[in-house]
Amino acid sequence: MKKSYKIEVDCANCANKMEQAANATPGVKSAVVNFMTLKMSVEFEEGADPKAVMPLVLANCRKVEDDCEIFF
Amino acid sequence: MKNLNKKQKKVFIRILVSLGLLAAILLLTKLVQLPQWLEAVLYLVPYLVIGYDILIKAGKGIKNRQPFDECFLMAVATVGAMALGEYLEGAAVMLFYQIGELFQSVAIGRSRRSISELMDIRPDYANIMGEDGQLEQVDPDEVEVGTVIYVQPGEKLPIDGVVVEGASTLDTAALTGESVPRDAAVGDEVISGCINLTGLLKVRTTKEFGESTASKILDMVENASSRKSRQEDFISRFARIYTPAVCYSALALAILPPLVRLVLGLGADWSTWIYRALTFLVISCPCALVISIPLGFFAGIGGASSAGVLVKGSNYLEALSKVGLIAFDKTGTVTQGVFEVVGVHHSPLADEELLEIAALAESYSHHPISQSLRRAVGHELDTARVSDVEEIPGKGVIAKVDGKTVAVGNGKLMSMLAVAATPCGHGGTVVHVAIDERYMGHILIADMLKPGSEQAMTELKALGIRRRVMLTGDARSAAEETAKALGIDDFYCELLPQDKVTKVEELLGEKQGRETLAFVGDGINDAPVLSRADVGIAMGALGSDAAIEAADVVLMDDDPRKVAKAVRIARKCLRIVYENIVFAIGVKLLCLLLGAVGIANMWVAIFADVGVMVLAVLNAIRALNVKRL
Repeated sequence: MKKSYKIEVDCANCANKMEQAANATPGVKSAVVNFMTLKMSVEFEEGADPKAVMPLVLANCRKVEDDCEIFF
Repeated sequence: MKNLNKKQKKVFIRILVSLGLLAAILLLTKLVQLPQWLEAVLYLVPYLVIGYDILIKAGKGIKNRQPFDECFLMAVATVGAMALGEYLEGAAVMLFYQIGELFQSVAIGRSRRSISELMDIRPDYANIMGEDGQLEQVDPDEVEVGTVIYVQPGEKLPIDGVVVEGASTLDTAALTGESVPRDAAVGDEVISGCINLTGLLKVRTTKEFGESTASKILDMVENASSRKSRQEDFISRFARIYTPAVCYSALALAILPPLVRLVLGLGADWSTWIYRALTFLVISCPCALVISIPLGFFAGIGGASSAGVLVKGSNYLEALSKVGLIAFDKTGTVTQGVFEVVGVHHSPLADEELLEIAALAESYSHHPISQSLRRAVGHELDTARVSDVEEIPGKGVIAKVDGKTVAVGNGKLMSMLAVAATPCGHGGTVVHVAIDERYMGHILIADMLKPGSEQAMTELKALGIRRRVMLTGDARSAAEETAKALGIDDFYCELLPQDKVTKVEELLGEKQGRETLAFVGDGINDAPVLSRADVGIAMGALGSDAAIEAADVVLMDDDPRKVAKAVRIARKCLRIVYENIVFAIGVKLLCLLLGAVGIANMWVAIFADVGVMVLAVLNAIRALNVKRL
């Protein structure tokens, strides 16, 4: 399953770090962050529930970039 | 100032305040000799004004074990400079860092906005007739299929549909990049995103808002760059190793040279080397590199869409810039896909006369050929002149026109009537005419080349595209003629749809080095080929969902010259991206080198950092301007 979320982040490198952090989250097959359009598209692993995975993704992103936001 | 958002305004005010404070303190220290502790305290004020958020973020970075966080690095560099007694420098570096960040955020916000303005096709409302007989504005999302919507002059068409009342001209510039308006009359299909220019139109919707052209296009453009190019991947990988590498070299620079000097008995000179190490930390921030590359692609995609070329991702922009082989579909791509009379041959009568007689004989037929004949005559036909029409399936028509027996049809009809027909040397459909069993010549009907096709091929050749080929299901004679008229390198004819895929696979094998293969089609029946090529380009996508789905690059109108334009846009964008990569990395490395030997101090480092970013961002935004390409 693939879903796209709106995000808020200030700098391009922070967006890259968020991408890395999101990719390292269990339940996420692959994540791509687009800094220019401020969107994160996440492909979830089979059987993973986006509602359960996304809070973990946000928590991981917050670790690398404190004032980022994902709207889900 | 009014273009800044709340956050940016706050930073802007802090910049002004600390700039003022710094200037005042600088003046004061020049005029009076202050004790060092007082000077330090004074400089601490503007430093904290401008840098408190960075220091807080740095603290959080430590808590989250993110040693290579930019804020943390900036904090270490500036606090270190202060500790070494370089108060002005510590405060100023923080100030310039913030100026750079502000500029970057404003520039990105601007380009985000200007690109969404280019794609200003999002309809905000739809007008429907309310129960009280007054027009009512409703959310287009709530309009059901089959509803009649009212589109007033100056309004955007919100949903795809068919005109049921009214006539007007439509401005399609936002969709196609072309400023020539299109006419719309009753029965015409109209697409969302156009602007109604002259008259009131009543339109029966044929799709839901979400399925309409404007929504689909916006969706596509907004999700475009989730597919990243190699350059973007390169720069994010580079950033990942660059910052740690520079930080470790900073550590080495702070410790190793003094130790070596101690061993050599020269005196450690710790403060000099620590200062140089701090300079390294200032240069270690990768933001200038990281921002300019995706910004360049984003601007390139935005500029392309303003020219009516939709690119589905930066990877396709990259592939488009490297096209070395290009394959065109024939019908509907380089030709108009509409059959027209292109000539009247071997006739003892005047061309117009023969055409009129043939058209009259065919006037009761709905066959495309009779329509082409009627269009070629150009005026209304007097059908009273025709009688005793007899259609002979697969052969043609025999009818009485002005009392004479006229036979109009193919070679089989002529042999049936035992009339000696002259064969035609040209490609196309040949319509023979016999009057009273005497041969009167033939009319050639063929698919016409699009006006821009030939120029498109010349332009592509000028762009250095090595091989331009045409794939078609047509017979050899027609294909050969088109190929010759276009001046292309090669053509393959009599191909079934699946043969086209095989042919494209063969062509893929002919690629040399990094070049790519593009396939240009009209999106009808060639979806498998579009997806098989490195870059699938679909043209004339207005209203064709299949093409939008299957292609990587979508041309909004059906002008083949746009293919050449798309390649030029892609090349400009990629050139800018490479310029930025080389420039930004080059300046950073140069500063590191000069910093290590002590020629570049922290001032140079921060100016280089901010300056490179400003220039790279401005350069990236250049990709947006594609008007003159």
